[in-house]
Amino acid sequence: MGSENNVLLEVKNLKMYFPIKRGVFQRRVGDVKAVDDVSFFVRRGETFGLVGESGSGKTTVGRCILQLYRPTGGEVIFEGEELTTMKGQKLRSMRREMQMIFQDPYASLNPRMTVGSIIGEPLEVHGISKGKAKRERVQELLKVVGLNPYFVNRYPHEFSGGQRQRIGVARALALNPSFIVADEPISALDVSIQAQIINMLEDLQAELGLTFLFIAHDLSVVRHISDRIAVMYLGKIFEIADKDELYKNPLQPYTQSLLSAVPIPDPVVEETRQRIILVGDLPSSANPPDGCNFVTRCPVKMDICEEQEPEFKEVSSDHWAACWRVN
Amino acid sequence: MALLEVRDLKTRFYTDDGVVQAVNGVSWEVEEGETLAIVGESGCGKTVSVLSILRLIPQPPGKIESGEVLFEDRDLMKLKDDEMRSIRGNKMAMVFQDPMTSLNPVLTINQQISEALTLHLGMNNKEARERTAELLKLVQIPQAEDRLDDYPHQFSGGMRQRAMIAMALSCNPQILIADEPTTALDVTIQAQIIELVKQLRDEIGMAIIWITHDLGIVAGIADRVAVMYAGFIIESAAVKELYANPRHPYTLGLLGSVPRLDMKKKEKLTPIFGVPPDLIELPVGCPFAPRCGYRIERCAERPELIAVAPGHEMACWVDITKERKQ
Repeated sequence: MGSENNVLLEVKNLKMYFPIKRGVFQRRVGDVKAVDDVSFFVRRGETFGLVGESGSGKTTVGRCILQLYRPTGGEVIFEGEELTTMKGQKLRSMRREMQMIFQDPYASLNPRMTVGSIIGEPLEVHGISKGKAKRERVQELLKVVGLNPYFVNRYPHEFSGGQRQRIGVARALALNPSFIVADEPISALDVSIQAQIINMLEDLQAELGLTFLFIAHDLSVVRHISDRIAVMYLGKIFEIADKDELYKNPLQPYTQSLLSAVPIPDPVVEETRQRIILVGDLPSSANPPDGCNFVTRCPVKMDICEEQEPEFKEVSSDHWAACWRVN
Repeated sequence: MALLEVRDLKTRFYTDDGVVQAVNGVSWEVEEGETLAIVGESGCGKTVSVLSILRLIPQPPGKIESGEVLFEDRDLMKLKDDEMRSIRGNKMAMVFQDPMTSLNPVLTINQQISEALTLHLGMNNKEARERTAELLKLVQIPQAEDRLDDYPHQFSGGMRQRAMIAMALSCNPQILIADEPTTALDVTIQAQIIELVKQLRDEIGMAIIWITHDLGIVAGIADRVAVMYAGFIIESAAVKELYANPRHPYTLGLLGSVPRLDMKKKEKLTPIFGVPPDLIELPVGCPFAPRCGYRIERCAERPELIAVAPGHEMACWVDITKERKQ
């Protein structure tokens, strides 16, 4: 997987377990397997979409890549360098290349800092520019994200949700990164503002040659913005394919039901649409089922699904899936 | 005659910062068994308008300035508080957005659903308990009898929303008001809840007022749609007519802002520029004019809702069907 040299990021068998501690002595009684053996790669310049419902582990994957969480196991190889064992100054300098845009523009900007110091902070931390040069760079960044450069001395509360998200994007761009993890960057915004931010991200990618890991729960948005899509469920990746291939030829039953559950804004289409309605809820990742993780809700499960986990493998060119039905 | 008719409803909030003009003269009606969707973005007044109808607006700071709400030959705005209480939760029931916060965490599911049954239908505890179990079965909660004495935290998000729906349906309401009931839920759970509501609607035959910002959900569930912006209804039509032939620039903008899962080839989204107006300082003319690409001089005057086709009304000076062809 990913032997091609245009691969920017490769994730191999990534695991992130959070310990569950109980009692006076805080003994470890189990693990929440937030991410459990996930492998994929991201090509240079593409947008890789990661979809899944809440609790599927998609945000944890993003944070593990940036080493905001140190993974329990597996490798994260970025530009040929293994990050999970990297420390100190070396890791810090790698972080220049990798930035994050957060979900909630109300919580991810410090209310006591001006816009100028929010966007300028990474420049100072990494010793890139100070004083006038920093100020000029901040104003340039504000222009890039479509805000007035005279806003530098304002505080986050003076901005609307969409504008705040633009500030978050400007901060992520400050160090000229090559890779950005966008964690649900539009789900806190109103419909009419969402489209503004999506278009801006697309334009920035075209101009600056950025590579995105776009994490979201909304498949319509992910299909719109991504080149390839990975579907996550309960800490596992179930399927990876090109966005059109995934839409037209979903192999894994969860992908199929997820696609059928997304409402389409067209009453004529909706009238005749057949839905696969899943029963029940997502199981707890502290106690995943035996065998395939989807077995408790799968409409087409077989006996083997309860016993053995299906292997995640390439079914056809560039289309990976984990399901006994396809293997 | 319509089952519920709202005429010229105006709701304001008197705050320290100024007067928030939340709902500015809204009129609509719902027929028996019909599903009306009220669509709009946050702060457009969709929730405040239905809360006003149920007289659930906290006063002060809120005040219903004017309006008639005609239901069963009575104007709900003129009823005494106890008369209103006998309608609320009985003939008209509401399902709220966030099932995590709208259930009482220290009462069991049975206690919460039984309350309406004992209060409105005069059942004793045993009868109410039996009926509650039936209701939980109706909303497809597995092993309903065993879950009666559970507390809300023992239910998942989808199950809590089912319990909320069971509570709303407990007295066989004629009108169910659902305020973004699936927004807090995951997409596969959302599909379950929508399917459930559709089934119940067909079985029970109640009218539904469904409030949402999601044009995809509207397309699947509504008979008629009213689009709200800055406290005004700016367009209303039958669902197919609205999507096939949107007449207001805002409706058109909303439809252009959402990517479609079934798109044939990738097209750039056409966002609406700017942000919705501050409801304390509403523009004098058309509230959408500052963001509108079709704006003309006349937009400094506020347009009224006019009929442009049978059952299709909109409030705009410009005929965008002509403008778009050019």
